[in-house]
Amino acid sequence: MKRSVERHLNILDFTLASLSRRKAKNLSLLAMYLLVIFILASLQFFVTALKREAATILQDAPDMVVQRLVAGRQDVVPQDYAAEIGKIRGVTSVTPRLWGYYYDSLNGANYTIMASDDVQPESASVGSGVAGVRNLAVGDLLPLMSYDKIPVMLDINSIFSSKSDLIAADLILVSREDFRQLFNFPANQATDLAVNVRNQEELATVASKIVALYPDSRPILKSEIRRTYQSIFDWRGGMTLIILASALLSFIIFAWDKATGLSAEERKEIGILKSIGWETSDVLLLKFWEGSAISLTAFLAGVVLAYGHVFFLSAPLFVQALKGWSVIYPEFHLVPVVDPYQLSVLFFLTVVPYTVATVIPCWRAATIDPDAAMRY
Amino acid sequence: MILQPAILALLMIALLVSGMGLYAGYYGVRILRRWDQSSGSELQLELERRTYLISTIMSYILCFELMSLFLFIYTADDLHMLFTGAMCAAGSLAVNSFGYPALIVKIVNFLFAGVWLVVNQVDNRSYDYPLIRFKYKLLLVIIPLLVVETYLLSSYFGGVKADIITSCCGSLFSNEASSFSGDLAALPPVPMQIAFFSAMALTLLSGIYFYLSGKAGYLFSLFSAATFLVALSSILSFICLYFYELPTHHCPFCILQKEYSYIGYVLYATLFSGAVTGIAISLLMPFRSVVTLARIIPQIQRRLAMFTILCYISFTALVVWKMIFSALNL
Repeated sequence: MKRSVERHLNILDFTLASLSRRKAKNLSLLAMYLLVIFILASLQFFVTALKREAATILQDAPDMVVQRLVAGRQDVVPQDYAAEIGKIRGVTSVTPRLWGYYYDSLNGANYTIMASDDVQPESASVGSGVAGVRNLAVGDLLPLMSYDKIPVMLDINSIFSSKSDLIAADLILVSREDFRQLFNFPANQATDLAVNVRNQEELATVASKIVALYPDSRPILKSEIRRTYQSIFDWRGGMTLIILASALLSFIIFAWDKATGLSAEERKEIGILKSIGWETSDVLLLKFWEGSAISLTAFLAGVVLAYGHVFFLSAPLFVQALKGWSVIYPEFHLVPVVDPYQLSVLFFLTVVPYTVATVIPCWRAATIDPDAAMRY
Repeated sequence: MILQPAILALLMIALLVSGMGLYAGYYGVRILRRWDQSSGSELQLELERRTYLISTIMSYILCFELMSLFLFIYTADDLHMLFTGAMCAAGSLAVNSFGYPALIVKIVNFLFAGVWLVVNQVDNRSYDYPLIRFKYKLLLVIIPLLVVETYLLSSYFGGVKADIITSCCGSLFSNEASSFSGDLAALPPVPMQIAFFSAMALTLLSGIYFYLSGKAGYLFSLFSAATFLVALSSILSFICLYFYELPTHHCPFCILQKEYSYIGYVLYATLFSGAVTGIAISLLMPFRSVVTLARIIPQIQRRLAMFTILCYISFTALVVWKMIFSALNL
């Protein structure tokens, strides 16, 4: 047992010495390897962090949202739907929600306007994004134009802290009266209904009862929303990965080429080793440790760099491709999430193809005859 | 098809593994047909060199199989939230008819690859390659299985579709009746406990006997294979209940989750490694009479037996520890 460990340690020792003897070649390989891992790891970290963020936000969403469809399009919901749905056994609360989008022609931004019972008439609470584009401070007046072309003047009560930017950057909270006046919204109607159910297991049953009661309604469960978000992020991550696959492939070809093109010096080295008594399996072991040393160095360094790139610098390389865009775009820092699962996926995506690409060249190198090798 | 990095990684590995397997198989056939130990021809030298390549490739395949087995289960587990009614890997694997076959073939391949490596190790210890034909015949059994695995895996992942919001949810709710809670058909706990502990006891006793006397290797091997199957059904039947502390939750996958501090990985790793070495012993039995292996095989077999015993003891120790300290009393 001890002898075999010693054998590995000695070969590893020799490997590291021989790697450092050919610095230029190995450093260029390491640099390419590191770059590929860095890009893939950044992508993986970024997408996972976004998924986590979406899941956290959706935790406070209502269990179910009920919309009404007219000719396949979403329409307003009469408030008596709410009363009837509230009577279904198991439903704890039904809240008619009033919300919509307001296009601000001054700066081309869209605000999310939501009615809240906590806001006094003729006043509003705004997100920091809105405050930024309209240069607002607490106590200022925010004039909005209603659909009847009557200005609605709103007194700014409070500005949400930038911590909630991801949810509230473009949000304006107003009273129900102001909301109806602003959009000329029909009375006794709501945008949709937020339904909460006591027992999560009963959600599907309650949803099917709602559909039976009102065939024009469209219940959407929280789990479905979450699933859809996860799928979208998965899809974006997967698409980017497929685009990056060409980079991965070129790296594999590069690695294969490097491993095949043994320099005269390396051939000589293997020749000498074999002539002083190393067996083919020892040389294979040497090559294995060589690959492991390069892979592990590149992997660890690439992952650490990607961590910094995504969580300290907010992933400047991917933002455009993955975040989407808007006039009011929230500034946010992703919460670091790194788990063994992500790392192993990353390991499989990079180290495994590298290893496979170098198996045959390594074997070729290990099986050359000592005399043929030294004659070069 | 869900475009997720983990799925892409798994598919890529499956393709690489079966590709490498086919490559190794091609040379395996050549070795089987042309191998002639007494010849000094160029072909024979070339084939002898090839055996190194095939051994290396197979070690990588085993390594990838082991790691990707767990990655596959973890990914299936991670996917569960995309399907209505699925609670863990048990639900996501049942999404289409390829999920469970893929898992089973993956486990079988893992066992085969492990056994092959043991045989290979023994073969390499002797200078005249006495096991070469046996080894490459075994290889020809494994490679089709690797290809089948790739097929099943890609059909499974190709067929899964997330239950996302549709423009009308009516269709979704009409088929909610089929929900998977992870309660797989499980055998009654008390008879299974008797079966599990007696199988373990028999395996350990025969293992110790084999270790000391070198006799009854087939019996020990048979016992360890049977114990492997009994232990797998016991996990379903009662072991997992103690871990979940819930008398109704018979799921073999949830113990792999973070909530149970990933204890499942330890359980399965000990069980699978013990089974590989235990089964390998019987495959080596017929070659004990080969002259060049006469001193090597008994020594290796004793080591394998010790390893199996240790693995199975750790597995049982974990189970017993949990049975005693679990808040659940069956």
